[in-house]
Order: sequence, then C-alpha cells, then structure tokens
Amino acid sequence: MVVISDIIVQGVQMLLVLLLAPLLTGFVRKIKARLVRRQGASMFQPYRDLLRLLRKEVVLADNASWLFRVTPYVTFAAIWVAAALVPTFATGLPFNWTADLIAIVALLGSARFFLALAGMDVGTSFGGIGSSREVMIAALAEPAMLLIVFCMALVAGSTQLSTVANFLASSYVGLRVSLGMALIALIMVALAENARIPVDNPATHLELTMVHEAMVLEYSGRHLAMIEFGTFLKLLLYISLIACVFLPWKIALFGTGPLAYAIGAGAYIVKLAVAGFLLALFETATAKMRVFRIPQFLGAALMLGLLGTLLLFVSRSF
Amino acid sequence: MAPVVLQMSCVAGLLGGAGLAIFLSRARSATAIVYSLTLAVSLLAFFGSIRSLLGGDISDLTLPIGLPWLGAHFRTDALASFFLVVVNLGGASASLYGLGYGQHEPAPHRVLPFLPAFLAGMNLVVLADDAFSYLLCWEFMSLASWALVMAHHREPGNAKAGYVYLVMASFGTLALLLAFGLLAGPAGDYGFAAIRSAQHTPYAATLVLILMLLGAGSKAGLVPLHVWLPLAHPAAPSHVSALMSGVMTKVAIYGFIRVIFDLLGQPTWWAGVVVLILGGITAVMGILYAMMETDLKRLLAYSTIENIGVIFASLGLALAFQANGLKLAAALAFTAALFHVLNHSLFKSLLFFGAGAVLTATGERDMEKLGGLIHRMPQTSFAVLVGCVAISALPPFNGFVSEWLMFQAVLQSPELPQWALKIAVPAVGALLALAAALAAACFVKAYGVTFLGRSRGTAAETAHEVDRYSLVAMFILAALCLLAGILPGLVIDALSPITTAILGGRMPIQANEPWLSIVPIAESRSSYNGLLVMVFITISASLAVFFIHRFASHALRRAPAWGCGFSDSTPAAQYSAGSFAQPIRRVFGTMLFHARDHVEMPAPGDTRPARLRIELHDLVWEGMYAPIAGAVGYSADWLNRLQFLTIRQYLSLVFATLVTLLLVLAIWS
Repeated sequence: MVVISDIIVQGVQMLLVLLLAPLLTGFVRKIKARLVRRQGASMFQPYRDLLRLLRKEVVLADNASWLFRVTPYVTFAAIWVAAALVPTFATGLPFNWTADLIAIVALLGSARFFLALAGMDVGTSFGGIGSSREVMIAALAEPAMLLIVFCMALVAGSTQLSTVANFLASSYVGLRVSLGMALIALIMVALAENARIPVDNPATHLELTMVHEAMVLEYSGRHLAMIEFGTFLKLLLYISLIACVFLPWKIALFGTGPLAYAIGAGAYIVKLAVAGFLLALFETATAKMRVFRIPQFLGAALMLGLLGTLLLFVSRSF
Repeated sequence: MAPVVLQMSCVAGLLGGAGLAIFLSRARSATAIVYSLTLAVSLLAFFGSIRSLLGGDISDLTLPIGLPWLGAHFRTDALASFFLVVVNLGGASASLYGLGYGQHEPAPHRVLPFLPAFLAGMNLVVLADDAFSYLLCWEFMSLASWALVMAHHREPGNAKAGYVYLVMASFGTLALLLAFGLLAGPAGDYGFAAIRSAQHTPYAATLVLILMLLGAGSKAGLVPLHVWLPLAHPAAPSHVSALMSGVMTKVAIYGFIRVIFDLLGQPTWWAGVVVLILGGITAVMGILYAMMETDLKRLLAYSTIENIGVIFASLGLALAFQANGLKLAAALAFTAALFHVLNHSLFKSLLFFGAGAVLTATGERDMEKLGGLIHRMPQTSFAVLVGCVAISALPPFNGFVSEWLMFQAVLQSPELPQWALKIAVPAVGALLALAAALAAACFVKAYGVTFLGRSRGTAAETAHEVDRYSLVAMFILAALCLLAGILPGLVIDALSPITTAILGGRMPIQANEPWLSIVPIAESRSSYNGLLVMVFITISASLAVFFIHRFASHALRRAPAWGCGFSDSTPAAQYSAGSFAQPIRRVFGTMLFHARDHVEMPAPGDTRPARLRIELHDLVWEGMYAPIAGAVGYSADWLNRLQFLTIRQYLSLVFATLVTLLLVLAIWS
C-alpha cells in the first residue's frame, strides 16, 4: 500500500508540473503586458496555443531527417523527467533518488544536445546560428551551475535535492553569505538556460540576435507544440529548483499525510506566482544584452559560485 | 591454465599472425585471414582477462629471455587484467571492423603485418613485470604503431606526422628509462616486485613523478606534450586510429598508474595537485582545439586529449585523497578514472570507426565538404549518434556515469586538509564541467556538420552505406556504451579488486543497492540510477507520442525549408564547422589561440566575393616546439663544420677532450 501511495504522489507531481507549466508562462506574459500597460492575452493563452498547434498540420522541410522528427519527443521527455525529479510540494518522493542535481542538469543537457542537432538538420543559416549560440551559452552556464551545486552540497552535505530541501527546511540554517551568492548565481544561470531577458528574448521572432527561437525556427504543428511545452516545463523546473532549495517554506516532508501535501501544494503555487511576478518585473526593467556580453554575465555567475564555495571552505558558518 | 600463460599464448598467437601476414600480405585473402585470426585471439584474450579480473587471480611467469641475470617477468593482477580487457576489447572490435574496412585498403602489405604486432605490443606492456621488459615492449608498441602511422606515407602531412611521432616517442621512452633507473636505485634490481618493496627517497619520488608525467604523459597526450597526437592518430588507417586513440593512450595511463600508485608507494599530497591541474588544463585545451578543428579525424584525436585530461584529473584527485588517508574518496576517484578509461575506449573506437566509414563512403575527412550523410548512411549515422551522445557525457549513456562519479569525488574535497587542494579541486571541477559542456558543443558540431544538413559536395551526395562487418563492429560498441551507462554498478563492482589492491580501500558494493542504482558514498549524499532514468525517458516519450498520435492532427506536408522566407540557394550557404565554432572561438580563442577573423570586403561595384579568413595560432607549437626545433637545426648547422676539419685538428680535438676528461676526474675526486 505504501508503495502504491508513493507512486500516486509521484504521479500527482508529474501531472502537476505538466498542468502548471503553461499557466506559469501565461502568468508571466500577462504580468509583463500589464506592466507596460497593455491588456495582454489571457493567462490561459498558452494552453490554447498548444491546442491550436496540435490541431495544425506539420510542414516539414524537404530534407529533414528522422532525427528532426524524433527530437521534439526526446527533448520533451528528458525535460519532463528532469522536472518530475525536482521536489515541488513534497520532498522524499519515491523516485527522487533516481538522479541527483548533477544528473538533472545533465538531463537538461541531453534535451539541449538534441535540439541543437535538430537546428542543424535542415541546413539553414538560422538553425545553425541558433544552435551554435545555444551551445556557447550552455558551455558557459554549466561550469557555473556545477559550482552552485558545489556550494549547496557543502552546506547540506548532499547533491540529492530531496535531502538538500529537507536539510534547509527542517534545521535552522539561517542567513548565509555563500548561499546568497549561490542564489544570485543560480538566478543568472536560470535566466540564461531559459532564454530569458537579458540573455535571450523569448518574445522576439525574426531577429538576428535571437538564439533559442532561431534554433527551433523550422518546427511547426505538433512538433512545435512539444518543444514549446518543453520550454514551459523548463521554466517551471528552474523556479521549482530555486524554490525547493532556497525557499523550502511549507514544503511537505515525506510521509506527513494528505493535509501537509495540500498545504505544500498551496505554498508551491504561491511561490510560483511570486517568482513569476519577479521574473516579469525583472524582464520589463532590463534590456537584452549583446550576444558577446553574455560570457561576462555568465562569468559573473561562475565567479559568484566559486566565491561562495571558497567562503564555505574558510568557514562552514558563512 | 594460469591467466598469464593464456595471455602470453595469445600474444604469441598475435606475433605469429604478424609473421604470417608478412608471407601472405600480397595474397588476396590476406586481409580476411589476418583479421579473423586477430579477432579470434583478441576475443580469447578478452574473455580470459575478464575471468582473471572477476576471479581475482594473480599469476606470474618468468621467461629465460632478456637480461641474463633477470629474465623476462610477466604477471597478471587485477590492474593488468582490467587493462587487458580494454586492450583486447579494442583489438577485437578493430579486427572485426578491419574485416570490412581492410578491403578498401590500398596498401594492405603496409598494414597487415604491423597490426597484430601492435596489438601484441600493447598486451605485452600491460603484462610486463620488470623494467627491462616493460621498456622493450613499450618501444615495440611505439615502433609498430609508428609503422602503421606511416602506412600511407605518400599522403601529404603523414611523413611529418611520423617524424614528430618518432621524436616524441623517443623522448618519452628516454623519460621512462630514467624513471625506471631511479626506481631501481644503485643496486639495479629491475623487477617490479623489488621496486615495490624498496624505499624511495622523497627526492627520487619527485623526479620519478616528473619523469612519468613526461614519459607516460607524452604517449597519452598531456598538454603540452600532445603535439604529435593529432598529427599521428588521424594519419593511420581508421581502425588503427581507433586503437591508438582508444587503447594505446590507455596503455600509457596504465604505465602511469603502475608506477605512481603501485610501485612508488604512498604518494605526497602535492603530487595530486600537479596531476590534477595538468589534467584540468589538458581537458579544456584538448576540447578547445577540437572545437576549432574541421578535419573529422583530427577533431576526434583532439577530443582524445580532452578525455585523457579528465582521466588524469581523476587520478590526481585519487592521489590527493590517498596521500591524506581518505581511502573511500580515493577509491571513488580512482574508480571514476578507470571507468572513464573503459568508456573512452568504447566510444572513441566507435567514433573513429564512424569516421572511417565516412572516409570509405566519401573519401573525405574534411567536414566542410560533407553533410547530409544521415540520409545516405542511416545505420552508420545512428551508431555515431550514440557515440556522440555518450562522449558528450549525457545520461543515460556511459560517459555521464564516469563524469558523475568524478564530480562526486570532487565534492569530497572539503575533507582534504591542505589549502592548496581545497582551492584547486573546486577550480579544476569547474574546468572539467567546462570541458564536458564544450565536448557536447564540439560533438553537436561534428555530428551536425558531417551527418545533418544538406550535402556540401558530390562526394557526400553519392555516398553509400558501408559493409556489414563495419556496421556490426559499430553497433556492438554502441550497445556496450548504453549497457555500461544503464548498469554502471556491475562495472564499479568489477573494478573494486583493483582499488582494493592498489589503494587498500573500495567503494560500497553496488550489487546490493535496490533497483541497480549506484551509490558512491551513502544514499543520503548522492545516488544515480541510469536504468530508471532510461526507463523514465522511454515511458514519458512513449506517453507523449501516444497522446500526440491519439489526439493531435496527423497531417504532414513536405515543403521547402522556411528559413524566415529566405531559402539559401546553395548548400555552401548553410552553417559550416568554422561558423559553428565562431562564438566559442571568439569567447575562448581570442586569448588562447590568438584567433582573429579577417573580412576582405570588396569595394562597392567590385564583383569579387567577400572573403572571411580565420587566423589561428597553436601557441604551444609556436612558443615551445618551434623554438626548440629552430635551436636544434641551428646547432646542427653549426656543428656541421666539425665534419670538414683536417687530420691535425681532429687529433688536437681528441687530445683536448682526453685532457679535459682527466682533469674533470682529478677535480671530482
């Protein structure tokens, strides 16, 4: 019975991230529109977009290969699995130990690897430019991410997200300079990984400065729906990650019963809303930077991560 | 039969095969006979070494050859057995591949006798149990591989590759010779058992470490001793390239481990710092070189340098932990290194086989002339895709597992007491993460430009799928990459006798973990389950496919590529390897390679095309090797005068030398 209820909780979590992801993106878009005094589309517009894309036919480039058609499903699956392994409203879910934070980052890397290949598949300049810039950003973001993982692992003694969240939620950790640095670095990496302003602009089309959108330019119909859904999920994943590590407030500990789970779920939705609002605020307030400024941006994230780690070496209490 | 006798019989079989090949080499069926023979012998040796690794047998054998008072000692223990597994797995797959690939060989008599000899040489180095046999076998291996590099000696560049290889190999052997001389001490007992039991002064140990880094490091490809590797490995026929990159570099690593971990005894902590930092720099430099490269086989050779860097960094970690008595962490880092040795031999062989298949099908190694091969060579391109994913350290394949273990070892660094290590380990960890991310970028480039997109030339347009032997060899390696990725616990457990023997510690038994997950230290710290990750991905991808096909539109229309309404008229306008590397060249290469882009823009009205020229400098070659080569040339020219002296001048030279030497002797005493 325990196993069954565990699996049910895990299944609820997998469905929850799937259901909430488009809403989060819709919410961010709505807030951004309101901040510049536009009416904006409904918060539920991303669901409608997905349904519309699913109903449309796929227009496939003449020389697209099987890899191009498989990639949307592979990337979606990899991101979904990664998102399901991040604790959202409860820690200690039955499959949390399948992969630790390093493996979750690598799963996202798999998704990106295939997307970048798909960008090269049709053989247009747009796809190539998107892929080459995406891998450059990834090459800079990954070392920064590893140092952030380092920092957390030094504090919590584990790279297992559930354990980290449990540790930070239950015992009194207090304010730590190093964790603050890791948080800033993680936010910077998350902005880069999710192709948000100031690294990339999710709303542009047909500009030479775009990265992610250029890479998936040739996709249409149900394939595009899967890729868009993957993008929504990735944003939710990073916000969940930040929330579970740095803001484990009211997160349900494993096996504390349905009421705790319900409170945890409510708190989780509040956290998502706050994070979405802050993201929209930040994106409205800043401008996109030039492509070759990104190395400096991510280099700063790397330095913050390294500094946080070294501070922890000086003293565990920083 | 004792394992060492079995292995030596296999070596004898290989040497016999080499002899047979000399007689047969002009015959038409020679290729099939020789490769079948090496395949059978390698498989026998492979299964024999697996048995002795799992069984934990230690056996030795002394042959009455070599130095008269010493004899030739050979021995198999856990470490040797593991490297024999790697060598013979590589040998077997290369032989299988050679059955098909060898049919296209223009000069089989230049390859067939040397390939079995090369395999025998690599086996012998691992088996050798005294310094004299070790050096002799090492030289035999080097010379056999040199002959294979020179197989196509008339192709431009290959003669230079052979020359540079010969110089560097001699230099490496000189360093090894001095290292063993120091280890044997003034008494001069060259048996490994005697060296192991002797006490080594810290001064001698330091010198031995430096000499081993020079000797084994130059063969493995440590930066800055790597210069011969990207010249020599691609020059050989592709299955030999696979052996040189996938296996021979590992034999060099075996030598390093044998001397530094086994013979030298307890390491000092700063040895760990040196090896760790060298490894980190090698990893990043190797993959950056690969990123700049447009020749497919040279790219793979540079990527080998990166992986060697990763392995050396793990070994450095193991040294640092071992020096501080942290047995569990040392075992973890050492296991990561050995696991990566196995992984790299699998996927690098696979990728070189793929490059060989491309070469057979198109006659091209330059990626800028390829493209679109996924349509012409579907099976090859699938196998190579697996290799690319595995080498990019992406789950659920094997490359990820060894990198993951290494990062887990890096996370143990707070337990180290020395400040230098505390700071160096996270920094090198970041370098290794950078190398892993750049490797993914590099293989997106290699695969995307070679196999995807539109064909950039007629050779790529008219390519055909390669023969069955080559395909089977590639698919077996691809399957092994996946298997090692989803069942890493089995590999880790198989490696534990080595860590027990060398370090005196081991990782927890993985077979006891539920669901076949791997747990390096404790479950609360970290765990990973490749099998479940793969099952989850498969299930969620199938679910997605099911729902899409059940509920979404099935309509599909083929049309010209969209490209924002502007379709590039010619395939030459698509993204090339050079343009794909541009962002990374600009970020990293401006400093490390002095990279500059020169645009020659014709004046308005001029109908000449605009041209982009990329300027890249190999600073290691220009700053280190070119001055040395210049100095050697200059002094040789200068000394040349000595050839044209009169008899009186020669006699006075002899007299002066004699007097000087006697004076030196007199003052010395």
